[in-house]
Amino acid sequence: MSPLSLLLCLAGLLGLALGYGREQRLRAVAMPLALTLLLLGLWQGLCDLIDFGSWHWPWQAEPETAGRPPRRSLPSPRETVAALGELIANGRIWGDTVASLFRVTWGYLLATFVAIPLGLFAGWSTRTFEALNPLIQGLRPISPIAWIPIAILWFGIGDRAGIFLIFLASFFPIAVGSMAAVRSISTVHQRSALNFGLSGADLFRRVVLPAALPQIITSLRIALGVAWLVIVAAEMVGMDSGLGYLINDARNAGSRYDLVVATMGVIGAIGILLDFLIRQLEHFDEVRWGYSKR
Amino acid sequence: MNASATKLRFEGVAKEFLRRGKPLPVLTAVDLEVKSGEFVCLLGPSGCGKSTLLNVAGGFERPSAGRVLIDGEPVERPSPKRIFVFQEYGIFPWASVWDNVCLGLRHLPAAELASRAQATIDLVGLKGFERSYPMELSGGMKQRVEVARALAVEPDVLFMDEPFGALDSLTRLTMRSELIRLWQQKRPTVLFVTHDVEESLQLAERIVVLSPRPGRIAGILELPFEHPRDPSDPRLAPLRRQLFAWLGVHP
Repeated sequence: MSPLSLLLCLAGLLGLALGYGREQRLRAVAMPLALTLLLLGLWQGLCDLIDFGSWHWPWQAEPETAGRPPRRSLPSPRETVAALGELIANGRIWGDTVASLFRVTWGYLLATFVAIPLGLFAGWSTRTFEALNPLIQGLRPISPIAWIPIAILWFGIGDRAGIFLIFLASFFPIAVGSMAAVRSISTVHQRSALNFGLSGADLFRRVVLPAALPQIITSLRIALGVAWLVIVAAEMVGMDSGLGYLINDARNAGSRYDLVVATMGVIGAIGILLDFLIRQLEHFDEVRWGYSKR
Repeated sequence: MNASATKLRFEGVAKEFLRRGKPLPVLTAVDLEVKSGEFVCLLGPSGCGKSTLLNVAGGFERPSAGRVLIDGEPVERPSPKRIFVFQEYGIFPWASVWDNVCLGLRHLPAAELASRAQATIDLVGLKGFERSYPMELSGGMKQRVEVARALAVEPDVLFMDEPFGALDSLTRLTMRSELIRLWQQKRPTVLFVTHDVEESLQLAERIVVLSPRPGRIAGILELPFEHPRDPSDPRLAPLRRQLFAWLGVHP
């Protein structure tokens, strides 16, 4: 056990103990932070104690390690942080992060601009819904990953294939969410609109859009999460830049699993940040009603 | 307008729904006349078709037989001249109190819109809550917003479908006397659906009792008493007994 692991474990336990009796707002920050520290400490301790690469049952023969440095199956937190420092210092992480975010941004925005109007229209027009919905439901279960060969065939290796895949990944959740949102507008609200003689653009602006907005925002949030999952997978298979590519590259070029785990950490952090940003949409007065418990 | 003119006339209104492929009659041949400016309660047990009758009069549902005439014209569709007040808040949760009340005033010039909206908001006692959203308001205040939204367009007819049914009993009492005050000021024709005998005795000029499904008129009572009414008024006691008798309830 290294001092680092002990320090992390102690800090984590102390944090849990101190946070336990506090008020909810403090707890909500302190407790997950403390638990993370504790788990990091255990992870570090485990890496200090066990050499995963040469570990074996007593009755088994010792693995062949002579002639190469001892290798573990899991880099420690210390090594991961060092690897992250290396990626930042040599600038590699910035280019790949920008490449991934670029593809996600454009694919996602394009999907938003197509899927929301289409979903709203198909939700409102029963005929359109009847014609379109089976098609959408049929295409939706096809993983965007399955489209990679087609995407490369059409667009080659590069940004455009990535943008196309992210478009597909985001399109279906947003279109289905917008459609369902319009179709679930309550009878009283429909009747109110009818009663006050709303029609056309007025009806859309004052009832259909605002009534659907909370559910549309939820679907935007889901779609962004899916997009971020898909871009990493797509870059691992069919692209030559981006965070997914970085993971593959680190493994292929010298089995740098410390770089792999560091990149995974960056992917997770960006995912949290994206979700935080999109959730800000839920705080507007016009949509808060859609998230309150009733 | 002639105060004793007929505003609403139900002519042999019947309604059937399909339940598991079989026709289920909910209303049979209702004939009724409501005078202009009159306050009429439709009283009956749940499932007697009183809400269906109101929905037909409001133009939200078509009768299976018969017709409803308003000012001599058959009702084809809902109209902003006849506003429906729902039990389950028909106001828009995504709009502020102000924007909700302005819903029916959207064609007016800005200055007139603002003065009408403000006057109606003041009238129902919601001054100071113009910028609030429905989720920030209590049930009683939400129902005030709904009443204000209806009154703002100065409708001829108010259809009220158990509008205070979701409120607690104290708020319900306040809302009843408020409604009477507003009705006396504006004198719309009110068709008020309730299953509450006391509510009908407190509000109505005339109570129409509907029998259990399929609904038909079991009896009509006149209540020529001034408002506000004291529920322990001895003149109401025989009427209360009569209502319970028609409803087949023996408390």
